[in-house]
Amino acid sequence: MSTSIAARPRPAAARTGPIAWARANLFNTWWSTALTLALGYLILRGAWAFLDWGVIHAIWQVPQGPKGPNTDICRAAAGTGACWAVIGEKYRFILFGFYPYAQQWRPAIVIALFIALYCISANRRFWRKELALIWIAAMVLIGILMWGGVFGLTLVTESQWGGLPITLILATFALALAFPLAVLVALGRRSTRLPAVKLLCVMYVELIRGVPLITLLFMASVMFPLFMPNGFDVDKLLRAQVAITLFAGAYLAEVVRAGLQSLPKGQAEAADALGLSYWKKTLLVVLPQALRLVIPPLVNTFIGFFKDTSLVLIIGIFDLLKSGITAVAEPAWQGFGNEVYIVLALIYFAFCFAMSRYSRGLERELDRARRR
Amino acid sequence: MRLSWSDPRLRNLVWQILIIGAVVLAGWYLAHNTNRNLEQRHIATGFGFLGQAASIPIGESLLSYTPSVSTYGRALLIGVLNTLKVAVAGVVLATVLGTLVGIARLSPNWLLSRIAAIYVETVRDIPVLLQLFFWYGLLQTLPPPRAAFHPLPGVFLSNRGVKLPTIAWHAAHFWALVAFLAGCVLVWLIGRAADRRQAATGRRPRTWPTTLAALLGLPILVWLGLGAPLHVDMPALHGFNFQGGISITPEYAALLTGLVVYTATYIAEIVRSGIQAVAAGQWEAAGALGLPRGLVLRRIVLPQALRVIVPPMTSQYLNLVKNSSLAIAIGYQDIVSIADTTLNQTGQSIEGIAIIMAVYLTFSLSISLFMNWYNAHIALVER
Repeated sequence: MSTSIAARPRPAAARTGPIAWARANLFNTWWSTALTLALGYLILRGAWAFLDWGVIHAIWQVPQGPKGPNTDICRAAAGTGACWAVIGEKYRFILFGFYPYAQQWRPAIVIALFIALYCISANRRFWRKELALIWIAAMVLIGILMWGGVFGLTLVTESQWGGLPITLILATFALALAFPLAVLVALGRRSTRLPAVKLLCVMYVELIRGVPLITLLFMASVMFPLFMPNGFDVDKLLRAQVAITLFAGAYLAEVVRAGLQSLPKGQAEAADALGLSYWKKTLLVVLPQALRLVIPPLVNTFIGFFKDTSLVLIIGIFDLLKSGITAVAEPAWQGFGNEVYIVLALIYFAFCFAMSRYSRGLERELDRARRR
Repeated sequence: MRLSWSDPRLRNLVWQILIIGAVVLAGWYLAHNTNRNLEQRHIATGFGFLGQAASIPIGESLLSYTPSVSTYGRALLIGVLNTLKVAVAGVVLATVLGTLVGIARLSPNWLLSRIAAIYVETVRDIPVLLQLFFWYGLLQTLPPPRAAFHPLPGVFLSNRGVKLPTIAWHAAHFWALVAFLAGCVLVWLIGRAADRRQAATGRRPRTWPTTLAALLGLPILVWLGLGAPLHVDMPALHGFNFQGGISITPEYAALLTGLVVYTATYIAEIVRSGIQAVAAGQWEAAGALGLPRGLVLRRIVLPQALRVIVPPMTSQYLNLVKNSSLAIAIGYQDIVSIADTTLNQTGQSIEGIAIIMAVYLTFSLSISLFMNWYNAHIALVER
């Protein structure tokens, strides 16, 4: 027993607790200490500046003048305080665009339907064939609600649609329509017996992936009318939907192909040995396993489309971003773009962050199941 | 081949002929419609318009350009160069920022790694187009030239963009640049000679004095020998705007900032996962051999991490180049914007879009080829 008390390791209690934690993670070296202090100062200053602008000096409401809202107090506070009144006045326009005011409960239900659809699809209990039926039913219901013209709903044409439903429709319908296409293209690209089909699939995927989405949207807006026989006219929104679907198809095909490649060869060989035909082998053995593997990257690709749908504003479609920008183009509200951008960013962020969180959790779960 | 439906080769052949036939038929149908439509609307075809005078006003250009004198071909070339200007600067800056943030996320300092994580998680979930509008709007709120911010002598920040002083170009600068490139070659040769010495004797000769002399001494000597010309062109306020110096337009600055800030989040994640993919044993083994930390990172960890990093990095570079097409939304005149104006003026939309596609396919292919070459260069050589 010659060890002195000082030489013994310190008891565990002194190595835990907030102070010990801070010492280990914030102040372990002089360099780390300097960094912590500098960053802490910057964060506090930034947070205070934002609080000062966004809460303390912010203006939440403006008085109603004879010609609509009077934004003079917002203008007086410009630079020192945020004008959140613009959101209160304009939120229905930002969310629904030019959709008839009295009918805006319909797109509101559509938004709720989309969110419900995402939640159902995210649940692993619903991962079976019936899910396809749920999707088809939801899409039909969304179409009925948006267009109307039946069941006593007034007809609202696509040119009046706008805001968040457009963003959700473009992204979700692109996924739903591009998915079967992507599976076929991925299978075609993997086929060894059909070289001509393989070449066709490779050309489609590489051509689309090599150019920006905006070229496809331009094609849809200016070239598509030239391709069609005279007098045949398709709405701009539908054309953009076709362009985004073709775009999504190429990217999804690569995701599906990765899933097909990661499946052990033995699965297909075993199906061949049982004498299954190509389609039976593919539908019953290969795809159910391969698609399960690619759900996390599929969700990530979907997040990409969700953000990319904002590009349709360049060809003049009223998506969420465009209606936000239009809301502050009105003279009374000009100059309050940052407030609207923050709210739009929050909406996009809420959707994308929830999906990416989900995809990461799922990836971990599937990984664990595979390793077991 | 038997002429029987049960022969798989015959079946495959028939299917392929049917599918290709359907595609050709559809293509012919579309081409037929297009031809008839073009005739009815009296739209010319072919690329003859490239030689016609273009009446597109172009704000920033690396080549001389006069509206309604210069041709559409020249305007489109300027567009390509403007795209390249954003793409090259964007790729370099996004790589630097992304690598720093990726390393910061692995920092033992909790605050730094949290800030890096929050930056990555928020910025990548917001559409890049919205971010471009935000940056452009922010630059628009800067004061007008007369009240411009003036942080350093010769540097002005206003709603017309950033003004920087520049050195008036002289032939001596060109020769100094040549000398610098020659110095780079020399440094490479010195390094190789040192490697050989080290392999032969086990001792590496001291190279930094010669390296420094070749890199800095040689160009400075050439510059001094040619009379040391140096004239700094300072921007100054004349009337309502600045004259002299070089300027960075708000459109370019907003586009570059937006693309870099957005793409860096993806690059940061790639760099982080690349470094994490290197087993801890590699650090420990190198440490056990007595290598200093910097050398471990440079010689042991980074070469292995690069193998994981390069392939996904390629697709991020491609994304950045493709996202630069969003320039049109904030009024920066890249190839998409100029081709769009061209096709609106000439009505030749098919040719206009074909040009955009050809340009981007060339970019994509070149980047892919270069990165594949680089990837093969750093790949693990397996026996």
